[in-house]
Amino acid sequence: MSTPTLTKEAPQPVEEPVLRKPSTRKRLVPYWLLLPGIIWLVVFFALPLVYQASTSIQTGSLEQGFQVTWHFQTYWDAFTEYWPQFVRSLLYAGTATLLCLLLGYPLAYLIAFKAGRWRNLLLVLVIAPFFTSFLIRTLAWKTILADDSVVVDVLNALHVLDVTSWLGWTEGERVLATPMAVVCGLTYNFLPFMILPLYTSLERIDGRLHEAAQDLYASPATTFRKVTFPLSMPGVVSGTLLTFIPASGDYVNAELLGSTDTKMVGNVIQSQFLRVLDYPTAAALSFILMAIVLVMVTVYIRKAGTEDLV
Amino acid sequence: MTDNNTGGDVRLTGISKAYGSFTAVHPLDLTVPQGSFFALLGASGCGKTTTLRMIAGLEDPSTGTIFLGDKDVTDLPPYKRPVNTVFQSYALFPHMDISENIAFGLRRRGIKSVKKQVDDMLELVQLGDKAHHKPHQLSGGQQQRVAVARALINHPQVLLLDEPLGALDLKLRRQMQLELKRIQTEVGITFVHVTHDQEEAMTMADQVAVMNGGRVEQLGAPADLYENPQTTFVANFLGTSNLIEAEVLETGSSGGDVLVTAGGGKLRVPGARCTSAVRQGGKVLVGVRPEKISLAHADDAGSIADGRNRVTGRIADSSFIGVSTQYVVNSPAGAELQVYEQNIERDTRLVPGAEVVLHWNPAHTFGLDAAQDIDAGVETVEDAG
Repeated sequence: MSTPTLTKEAPQPVEEPVLRKPSTRKRLVPYWLLLPGIIWLVVFFALPLVYQASTSIQTGSLEQGFQVTWHFQTYWDAFTEYWPQFVRSLLYAGTATLLCLLLGYPLAYLIAFKAGRWRNLLLVLVIAPFFTSFLIRTLAWKTILADDSVVVDVLNALHVLDVTSWLGWTEGERVLATPMAVVCGLTYNFLPFMILPLYTSLERIDGRLHEAAQDLYASPATTFRKVTFPLSMPGVVSGTLLTFIPASGDYVNAELLGSTDTKMVGNVIQSQFLRVLDYPTAAALSFILMAIVLVMVTVYIRKAGTEDLV
Repeated sequence: MTDNNTGGDVRLTGISKAYGSFTAVHPLDLTVPQGSFFALLGASGCGKTTTLRMIAGLEDPSTGTIFLGDKDVTDLPPYKRPVNTVFQSYALFPHMDISENIAFGLRRRGIKSVKKQVDDMLELVQLGDKAHHKPHQLSGGQQQRVAVARALINHPQVLLLDEPLGALDLKLRRQMQLELKRIQTEVGITFVHVTHDQEEAMTMADQVAVMNGGRVEQLGAPADLYENPQTTFVANFLGTSNLIEAEVLETGSSGGDVLVTAGGGKLRVPGARCTSAVRQGGKVLVGVRPEKISLAHADDAGSIADGRNRVTGRIADSSFIGVSTQYVVNSPAGAELQVYEQNIERDTRLVPGAEVVLHWNPAHTFGLDAAQDIDAGVETVEDAG
């Protein structure tokens, strides 16, 4: 819109609008604010990444030292040797993410819409596990899933383990050191990362939209399908990303709760770096994992199409 | 489609709503005739919205029964009632475009080909070019029209409007009032409109129920409510009233005038315009609307026609507002009486401090039971807007 003018006279020369430039100091403020973050990222993220990239194309040995020889063959060798671990990582992380969503959604829904004055207490309980170290919590699951534990006894008595063993998730009467134990550990450890974004996006939904939907002939189930769930998609997307990405690179759960048959790619990278000391292979594996996750996430976000909801 | 026989009234019998120890709506009986534009008018917290939500099914009544026509819908969930609501905040679905919003109700009832109806409805609310916009891209007034269209497309037996114009600015509100009235006349559906704006209720509605403290104070056509308020709340909430405390001298014969005394003077009130308590004598409240009163300077007192009610006083304040001048007059009969004089022939002597005589046709006087709060329903700053 043009500014309405009241006078028809030509603007007087004295009134010439001098656009005062903001002072240099003011213009630099945003950059000053960015600086600490940028320095941090360059030093602790960008540089190590470059260093890793160069490591991944080096050859040599610990004794003679490593040289950059542009040896891309390492990538192919690493992938062909360890692809089962890649598949396993994605499978376990995917299963754990799905379980987190199934467990977390009802809980987040309850906290957002039904908890009333208990809402804050429940939220504190959701993040309460963070007060204990990740490692200790995972070790606790060793006890929970131990062969003579109550949980395993009950699952046995209910013949649940017969079914899971038949599916290949457990072995005989054991839960520990099986895929199920690792997935349980991953699910448990990443559940809060699913619940919190889900809660945030559910909580933002105007309750009157539910009333409007029901007023317009939508049963409670249809209301959920057509209104609540679509509106919670930003939370579903960020929750699944926050769960899936770290879970696919995790090695602690597989290390503590799994066996040699449940090794994930994180375990391989860890042992290549710290035990085998084959740095190029370890670096190449890291980059392959990163590339796979990036591609999957991009495809997922495109599919979920949340650009105008987030 | 709506059926046009007379079996489509909304009937509330003994409907009440209590939240714990707080009673939002006291048991009330109300009949909304089919095809009428019915307004529930009252200040915030008077139970009007709760009543509306009970008709919609969004609130379960504590007691009573709701009938739509001959059908008892009290226990039906909202999605099974042939009733649609226009919400105060519009409650449009933000993830759907305008045409999807409007088609929502039809789709839920399994109607596949909705395009024609949606287009017709967009035409009715004059938003044909906005079909594929998202709600947040529309102005408040446009969103409001979408909310109306989304409800109307379902041809409900009753359309419920919960302060639908509350969020709009004054000019747009006036425009939408006429628009809604036009749509109602066009589609012939029963509208139940909740509002706190007495002007809005009087402009739009055929019937107004004035609610106060969870009860219906009075029910009637707007003009009837204005001219014959039955309680001080109605007298003060709809427009402005001068209420004068008086003592009954003569109750008169049936249908005749009641003679009362206030501040030393005598006033006549038509017996037919008095509530029953007044006719028994004792203290009463005599009411007259400010625009019914004429103002004469004390020097001209002799020229006032006989048979008119008169009250002497002194002008305390006057404000010129163009079409009329509003005077505040203090008199022995009552302090701060309001008088609105049309600016036809202005008497320059009528300035603050002048001694004046207020006079009016006794037929414009009404009598109310004195055992009420004389200031009930007077709009205070917090209620305004």
